[in-house]
Amino acid sequence: MSYQIDEQKIFNSGHAACPGCSEALAIRFIINTLGSDAIAVVPPSCIAIISGPQPLSSMRIPVYQTTLEASAASAAGIKRALLSKGNDHTNVVAIAGDGGTYDIGFQALSAAAERNEDIIYICLDNEGYMNTGSQKSSATPSRAYTTSTPAGKLTPKKNMAAIMAAHNIPYMATATTGYPDDLARKVARAMKIKGGLRFIVVLTPCLTGWGIPDNAGPKVSRLAVESGVFPLYEVENGQSYTLNYGPKGLPVADYVTRQKRYRHLSAEDIEFIQKEVDQNWERLQVKF
Amino acid sequence: MSTEHTRLLLSGNHAVSYAVKLARPNVMPVYPITPQTPILEKITEFHAGGEMTGEIMTMESEHSVMAAAITASLTGVRVFTATASQGLLLMHEMLHYAAGARAPIVMANVNRTLGSPWGFWPDQTDSLAQRDVGWIQYYCENGQESHDTTLQAFRVAEQVLLPVMVVHEAFYVSHAMEAVDIVSQQQVDAYLPPFNPPHRLDPQIGESWGNTVSQTMFQNHRRDMGEAMERVLEVGKQADRELQELVGRGYGILEQYRCEGAEFIIATMGSMTGTVRDVVDELRAAGVSIGLLKIRLFRPFPVADLREALVGVPKVMVLDRNFAPGTGGVLFQELKAALYGLAGAPEIHGYLAGVGGTNISPSAIKEMVQCAMGENPSVNSVWKG
Ligand SMILES: Cc1ncc(C[n+]2csc(CCOP(=O)(O)OP(=O)(O)O)c2C)c(N)n1
Ligand code: SF4
Ligand SMILES: [Mg+2]
Repeated sequence: MSYQIDEQKIFNSGHAACPGCSEALAIRFIINTLGSDAIAVVPPSCIAIISGPQPLSSMRIPVYQTTLEASAASAAGIKRALLSKGNDHTNVVAIAGDGGTYDIGFQALSAAAERNEDIIYICLDNEGYMNTGSQKSSATPSRAYTTSTPAGKLTPKKNMAAIMAAHNIPYMATATTGYPDDLARKVARAMKIKGGLRFIVVLTPCLTGWGIPDNAGPKVSRLAVESGVFPLYEVENGQSYTLNYGPKGLPVADYVTRQKRYRHLSAEDIEFIQKEVDQNWERLQVKF
Repeated sequence: MSTEHTRLLLSGNHAVSYAVKLARPNVMPVYPITPQTPILEKITEFHAGGEMTGEIMTMESEHSVMAAAITASLTGVRVFTATASQGLLLMHEMLHYAAGARAPIVMANVNRTLGSPWGFWPDQTDSLAQRDVGWIQYYCENGQESHDTTLQAFRVAEQVLLPVMVVHEAFYVSHAMEAVDIVSQQQVDAYLPPFNPPHRLDPQIGESWGNTVSQTMFQNHRRDMGEAMERVLEVGKQADRELQELVGRGYGILEQYRCEGAEFIIATMGSMTGTVRDVVDELRAAGVSIGLLKIRLFRPFPVADLREALVGVPKVMVLDRNFAPGTGGVLFQELKAALYGLAGAPEIHGYLAGVGGTNISPSAIKEMVQCAMGENPSVNSVWKG
């Protein structure tokens, strides 16, 4: 599946992300695909830092920085105001972290999906509260170390893709920065499908939070897909499932042993995660 | 200009809804809570019947209501919402956010007790607890005033770029039916020009809002907000005068009722002013030199006007239908601070009257007057009925 990325120069270099940050990479493909007729909403997160301190901005479009729990409601407010002025073309996109999506912003997001607000909501999922120094969110996977789960997280990652698909929204997709053309294509697809909330969750490895080298983001991102931890797929209207990139039979050990957040794992722990991944894949596979 | 007007028998809440319809807001995010709900229900009914256009957003919480209200306003359109009590408190974070964003949202708040425990009663603690969030606050005595104040609120908000809360109390005002003169559409259109701010979220303009700022930028921004608040004192008076020229009803930011030469003044806000007015009439008829000072604009607190109104008056009795544990009645505290250092300042008696929605009858107020006349003021608020 090859897709020609059409990058417009909306996202600038010189922003404040850690060099090698996957969130910044994701923003590049998202914002440059959206183009100039767009307004972005960003809550507190590393995304907000990347977006830039006043008077600088890394994005050549209006960016409204909102509160941590309000992204979907804030984006919907902009969209409705534009509609009330007869503007139905400007894309309104919320770009929020996993904390701002799975946890504190979930209520507003679920409600915006239920109201079928005509917005694009993109979650940059680095599996933790990275901006505050890498604490656990409900996107943090089983056994992972965070500063608030120093002994490893005991519960599994919340399945946000399934939850959003269950809202029967026009478009739900998973993506990751190791597959930039797939990510850009999904943003373009989301733009094309109008008349409802389009949701994309993008796995974006965090260098410090995951404990990986500066240049490892894309590689680790690809391993997440190939080991079956994070399959890439799309769901339209809650029922039409398409698999884009699935597991390639790699053991999860290949994925977790590259990350310091998993360095405390025993062989049994890895076995436990492998079982969880296999089970999730079994459940998902039948939908395609 | 047509002066045709309609007089309708309306609840205080519906008097607000009629004003909102006339103001033609573009976006109205809503969420139900007793005793505010009739405001939103009337608006959605107008909308469904084609009498109002714009976007109704049926949100999942008051927090999201205010989040959407802020961005809609920053996108450059007129926005209205309404809430009460727990809903207002849930918005607290976003109330600060709205004022910081200089979003001229107009919101009605119906004063209701705060849990726990649960209650549904008129008590002004909910909105007074938001006195530092950067919103302009008006307290209304009856439905007619709430109708007129809602129109003034849009005007003031859009001139100074700060949000406005129009406040009236549960049931005593929100559900009490009275004849309300509805301002005509032509009059409102003349009074409220379309809202079209030069700074807004618009890809054609490219301006952003909310980025992290430096300490100095933050301080300057707060100072600018303070200056905008200061301007409300003049802008508010003017908005009141100009509506009065159109419809013949004006209120001032303060009202001094029979205060000429008064040796005793009762100061209060909201529905209690109606009862006090009657008490003043009765006592004046009995030869008592007494007046009423109604505080209609509470934020910004009209310090200079209050000092002018109270200088040389021997005694003031403040009636607070609110309670802040640890400091007492909010109006009492604020008034004492406003009069500090004024030569010829009155003695101030602070009475907690009507907290929790207890009924304060004219005879109860007369007893309080007698009590205040015969004793030295306490530094703390004193519990009365
Ligand atoms: C109401 C509220 N609580 C807490 C915070 C502090 N806070 C700022 S950013 C952040 C972490 C956000 O994590 P996530 O959404 O995953 O984004 P990331 O930093 O990982 O990109 C938190 C908890 C806040 N800004 N607002
Ligand atoms: S902490 Fe992680 S998510 Fe945040 S900028 Fe650095 S690499 Fe990116
Ligand atoms: Mg995160």
